[in-house]
Amino acid sequence: MAYTEEELKKELETKEYEYGFYTDIDSETFPVGLNEEVVRRISQKKKEPEWMTQWRLKAYQAWKKMDEPEWANVHYSKPDYQAISYYSAPKKKDQYKSLDEVDPELRKTFDKLGISIDEQKKLAGVAVDIVMDSVSVATTFKDTLAEKGIIFCSISEAIQEHPDLVKKYIGTVIPIKDNYFASLNSAVFSDGSFCYIPKGVRCPMELSTYFRINQAGTGQFERTLVIADESSYVSYLEGCTAPSRDENQLHAAVVELIALDNAEIKYSTVQNWFPGDKNGKGGVFNFVTKRGICHKNSKISWTQVETGSAVTWKYPSCILKGDNSIGEFYSIALTNNYQQADTGTKMVHLGKNTKSTIISKGISAGKSQNSYRGLVQVHPKATNARNFSQCDSLLMGNRCGAHTFPYIEAKNKTAQIEHEATTSKIGEDQIFYCNQRGIDPEKAIALVVNGFSKEVLNKLPMEFAVEAQKLLEISLEGSVG
Amino acid sequence: MEFKEKLLASHLAFEERIDFSDPVHQTRLESLKTFEEKGFPTRRDEAWKYTSLNAMLRQNYALFPKADTTIQLKKVKKYFLFEIDTYKVVFIDGVYSPFLSDTTHDGLDVCLMSAALSKAKYRNLIDTYFNKITNKEDSLTALNTSYTQEGAYVHIPKSVVAEKPIEIIHFSTGKEKALWLQPRNLIVVDQNAQVQILERHQSLKEHDVVSNSVTEIYTHKDALVDYYKIQNDLSTASLIDNTYISQETNSNVRVHTFSLGGKLIRNNLNFYLKGQYCNSTLKGVTLLEDHQHVDHYTLVDHISSNCESHQDYKGVFSEGSKGVFNGKIHVDQSAQKTNAFQQNNNILLDDKATVNTKPQLEIFADDVKCSHGCTVGQLDEEALFYLMSRGIPKKEAKALMTYAFANNVLESVELPILKKRINKLIAQKLGVNLGFEL
Repeated sequence: MAYTEEELKKELETKEYEYGFYTDIDSETFPVGLNEEVVRRISQKKKEPEWMTQWRLKAYQAWKKMDEPEWANVHYSKPDYQAISYYSAPKKKDQYKSLDEVDPELRKTFDKLGISIDEQKKLAGVAVDIVMDSVSVATTFKDTLAEKGIIFCSISEAIQEHPDLVKKYIGTVIPIKDNYFASLNSAVFSDGSFCYIPKGVRCPMELSTYFRINQAGTGQFERTLVIADESSYVSYLEGCTAPSRDENQLHAAVVELIALDNAEIKYSTVQNWFPGDKNGKGGVFNFVTKRGICHKNSKISWTQVETGSAVTWKYPSCILKGDNSIGEFYSIALTNNYQQADTGTKMVHLGKNTKSTIISKGISAGKSQNSYRGLVQVHPKATNARNFSQCDSLLMGNRCGAHTFPYIEAKNKTAQIEHEATTSKIGEDQIFYCNQRGIDPEKAIALVVNGFSKEVLNKLPMEFAVEAQKLLEISLEGSVG
Repeated sequence: MEFKEKLLASHLAFEERIDFSDPVHQTRLESLKTFEEKGFPTRRDEAWKYTSLNAMLRQNYALFPKADTTIQLKKVKKYFLFEIDTYKVVFIDGVYSPFLSDTTHDGLDVCLMSAALSKAKYRNLIDTYFNKITNKEDSLTALNTSYTQEGAYVHIPKSVVAEKPIEIIHFSTGKEKALWLQPRNLIVVDQNAQVQILERHQSLKEHDVVSNSVTEIYTHKDALVDYYKIQNDLSTASLIDNTYISQETNSNVRVHTFSLGGKLIRNNLNFYLKGQYCNSTLKGVTLLEDHQHVDHYTLVDHISSNCESHQDYKGVFSEGSKGVFNGKIHVDQSAQKTNAFQQNNNILLDDKATVNTKPQLEIFADDVKCSHGCTVGQLDEEALFYLMSRGIPKKEAKALMTYAFANNVLESVELPILKKRINKLIAQKLGVNLGFEL
């Protein structure tokens, strides 16, 4: 046992980021720094209407008065927000009509990432809205979706073409003054995805975006808005990889989900930003605000596989406002080397008969710190609210840490809340059992980790589960079969 | 004048009342400085997120009550374990009452803090133990330390088994309109010694009284300590209890907290498992009504390997009462083979009642088994129906189930007479007479 762990640890430590490369494309980049002028210029660049510019400015004013939060169980040197360029776009001016027009250099990048657009198009039936350094460069399957009345485009396009929808919903779930990073994002967001599913429509395919941070020294501020109108259904996938880079890169995204009556949104994320090297140098700061609001009988389900980033600060939440609404959160967070993750969820029960489920699996290896932080809140009027939470942590090696900070607030007597958490290492008897049956220790560890994560992996859409497995593999090389 | 300012200003007057040649005076002054810097905790402090002291601090409390207070034994007899013989250390309005007490120096020391501070023969012990495991950053503990004067002092020497339980009781008489008490207890249990201690704060008349109490308990190798806290005070009395326990190799400490009444109770219970193979038990029953507020804040710090800790807190809340549980298990990198368990179950009986619970795990060692569970719910309707279908009236059936709910905690009470008492108290709270004892 000791022998294998030693060996595994060595492997983990020496494992370099596979997707670390850098695409050489001419980019138009703003000078560093943030002020009102920069916010205005971003807005101008995007040809945004006046109300949007004002909205951004309001967010910027709010952000200026805020302090960076320090309550999370992570330690990092704060980024200098005046040393970041807030806009960077590939220089191509025209929109692409077909994939052939895409810069061959870009295509090569995606090939290296293992995302062949053509292949995905054919095999998986996934429409990929590729965001490369903040600007949407290719949108596929748009026509198929348009037939059903589904709008799936970049948020800047949506601001141009569907201003009513954007104006009605943006900032309603995450107000511009919500928190430090959300306000920053509201002020300077460069691009992101927008999705609207009309009444009664079931989106026929998994919608997907890939984010990549590419340009050196640019932060990425994605803004995603998903609206599922009454009785509709959508499954949305988001996956990210970032190239290897020594200075810390900032990623402060905002995702807002709106599920109207009887609607269902399934939002899955695989996150594999550059985690820094084995000495804890470099890596992405991932400070994300994600929140969904559930109206009557609706359902929002968050599934996430977090393997990357040097520092993760992320709490996908559900506000269960409507009666009989359901919120779900399934998460695997894997940290290695010097990674730090503080992630979890908030379930706010406001409506009657609301239900929520939280399954969180944390795996820490190396010298990493992995925290679950969650809130389950039952308001006085939320009769018959039901919550089940389970947080399990797996420790590999004796220099890592696993922490659990659940907050449970019940103000209604009919509330039923259960929370349980366990922390352990891989059982020696489990490994022994496998050995006995001719499975070598390394494979055995893989088996256990896989089984440990299965509950969450199962929740991912088929197309994504494969990738998630692959990412776990990269992060815990040799331990996942 | 703000109460904080009053506390700071009154320290000079306090100094006139004590002998400041005693060994702890420097510590008092340092602690006063800490308190001055930190002030009272507010809800902005993470540890006090769910408990506000604002309302409590608006009163103008007397700090130095009149000394000549006596009470008749028959009036307070019911608060003692009168059925059995015990050692007693009794304080009335913070002043030692020799009449009600029963102390000893025969083989073991059960006496007063003030005596321990002033007599030369205790000097060594005071130097070794006083204020050594308290949290120096905690402002309320610092406040208590700065006003250290009186309390109980217990020392059980090597291999001595205290044959009688020790009762530490603080009465407040209500002669002052509002009173702020700061008892300070020190308990040292040497190798292989055993002791049972019961602590109680009781006001005899409805009046505003706050006890900011600090207790330090040192348990040496193979020692055994059973500690019971009975909190069944009047609805005008508040208690801030800070208990710090250090455990050496193979020692066993059990703390049971019964919070059945009071206005605001805050229990800061801290365990430091310094030796290997320690066993710690923290159990509590909270049964509240009528806008009472109880906040259990526990810390179990696993510093050494092979230790075991068990926490089990049950709460039943009705009529606008508020329960808070904040339990933290910290497992140090060196504390391999730790088993740490934590459980917190709550029943809400009323829509105005609130439960806030935050069970935390902070784990830095890999070869451990740690778990926590927490629930908020109601009495099982089906079980209730079953009992009622057998002819048990609803109220009794509910009481029976509440008993069953709390029973896990009561089970491990080692003093039969105390168990009986608490059963009775719970029945009283539930307003039923079951006609039998559990």
